[in-house]
Amino acid sequence: MIPLRTRLAQALDYVWGGWGAAASLLLLVALWEAGHEAYGTLVLPSPRETFAMLWRMTLDGRVWPAVVETGRNALAGFLGGVLVGGLLGALAGLSDMMRRLLAPVSTLMLGIPAIAWVVLSLLWFGGSGLAVVFTVLVTSAPVVFASAAEGVRSLDGALQRMARAFRVPRRVLVWDVYLPHMLSYLFPAVATALALSWKVAVMTELLSGAGGIGDGLATARVQVDTVKAMAWILVVVALLLAVEYLLLEPLRRHVLGWRRELPGAETRDPQGI
Amino acid sequence: MSPAVMIAQDSPRRMSAGLAIDAVSHAFGPEPVLSGLSVTLPAAQVGCLIGPSGCGKSTLLAMIGGLLRPDQGRVAHPFARPAFVFQDPCLLPWRDARGNIAFGLNALPMSRTECSARADRLLGTVGLTAEDGEKYPRELSGGMRQRVALARALAIEPDLLLLDEPFSALDVGLRRQMQALVRRLIDARGLTTVLVTHDLAEAVRMADRIVVLSPRPAHVAAQHDIGMPRAARDDGFVQAEVGRLLADPATAEALAVEGLS
Ligand SMILES: Nc1ncnc2c1ncn2[C@@H]1O[C@H](COP(=O)(O)OP(=O)(O)OP(=O)(O)O)[C@@H](O)[C@H]1O
Ligand SMILES: [Mg+2]
Repeated sequence: MIPLRTRLAQALDYVWGGWGAAASLLLLVALWEAGHEAYGTLVLPSPRETFAMLWRMTLDGRVWPAVVETGRNALAGFLGGVLVGGLLGALAGLSDMMRRLLAPVSTLMLGIPAIAWVVLSLLWFGGSGLAVVFTVLVTSAPVVFASAAEGVRSLDGALQRMARAFRVPRRVLVWDVYLPHMLSYLFPAVATALALSWKVAVMTELLSGAGGIGDGLATARVQVDTVKAMAWILVVVALLLAVEYLLLEPLRRHVLGWRRELPGAETRDPQGI
Repeated sequence: MSPAVMIAQDSPRRMSAGLAIDAVSHAFGPEPVLSGLSVTLPAAQVGCLIGPSGCGKSTLLAMIGGLLRPDQGRVAHPFARPAFVFQDPCLLPWRDARGNIAFGLNALPMSRTECSARADRLLGTVGLTAEDGEKYPRELSGGMRQRVALARALAIEPDLLLLDEPFSALDVGLRRQMQALVRRLIDARGLTTVLVTHDLAEAVRMADRIVVLSPRPAHVAAQHDIGMPRAARDDGFVQAEVGRLLADPATAEALAVEGLS
């Protein structure tokens, strides 16, 4: 086991490494301020105004319920997507026939733009939270599907044979061979799906008026209130950063620590809609 | 599966008996890989399997270790604890070198402290430092990985050692060093060993019995015993012996195919 001191040092390292990120964020705020001075409040409100507005909205009790609403929908859709994508992926990994059946479907689903799903889900579920959950689910499931399939398919490989040769008990086989193997396949995909789920959730809310952060953005747009719109965008960005740096990155270090210090290796998967 | 096929675990009284491979045939799909192959190896001796690439050496080794059942024939030996060094090192990427060495100990009734003490000892045995022990496989060189795989096999204190080209990733200097190390360990523990190799000189340096396999489907093309004690085999002896073996037409023919393919 890793001694406590090393862990503490690692945690400090991580926090200290945050200065780089903070510096780059502050630089962005400076650019924002410059843009504001060049184009005026109607196009780009100043950071100060925006943060003040955000503060006021928070005090009014409008931000937190919206975050909870969006978070709940995004998380429900994400969990559903991971479950569906993971299970179907596992099936496809176990049986060649299932893979031949499911792989094209998954590719097709990946190819459908998220916005198309938004339109469909609005037609099917109206302006309810269900539309958001559904959209997030169908966009995140195919992301997980391929990795789960590949993970399960490659389980039965050389390492399993090695474990059999050394006659280790089943518990060790599952815990030391299967689980890390699956995690190394699934984790990047699940992280991508989680980041994706926020963005898709906000987008769906915006178009459906189903409440949450996206609804706030839509209202700001109707009122042509750029300050409010920017404040809502700040909320989304803050949530994304929090999920990335407080949840995913520490987990990634813990789970995929053995990939550390690979020269030129990209442990993070490209994200995006 | 025919009832004649079995991996026999003979009684301890017959411990002096060694490995017996009797008329083994096997096929993957329609193409036979082994056809009626018979080999014996007395306990505490080193047998070398040499033959052209793809002739079925790794397949035969898997049968000896009980990982694969032959379609026909019989593999019998009294050994309870075989250990493999695979052709590809097969290390767990998510365990550091020490963790990999200790992996096989999971099958034995041992406490954690005993396990890690033994892993530490074996790091030293194969010439790795404590720092190397903290490294993950992808941070190790090919030769270091091979040594970790060897240490993992030795850690379980096997009575049968199955080595599949364990030195092929090493440069000449390190290869000679590792050969000497394995030779010493084998002699010290009286380990029955089967070593697969492509290199006749290596076979002459290591083996009590050299079994030359024919191209696929493999059968025994020739067999040579080397009487000289391992410690006394110097370079001159090895060279002369390689020449003598290649003078045997069956051996030369089986190994010449390798040069062509
Ligand atoms: N699991 C398998 N399924 C199908 N064919 C296999 C399998 N394992 C081995 N073979 C085939 O059996 C033959 C013998 O393979 P094997 O690995 O035993 O050769 P080898 O003598 O060890 O070769 P090399 O010296 O290159 O390692 C090869 O032609 C290979 O294609
Ligand atoms: Mg082989």
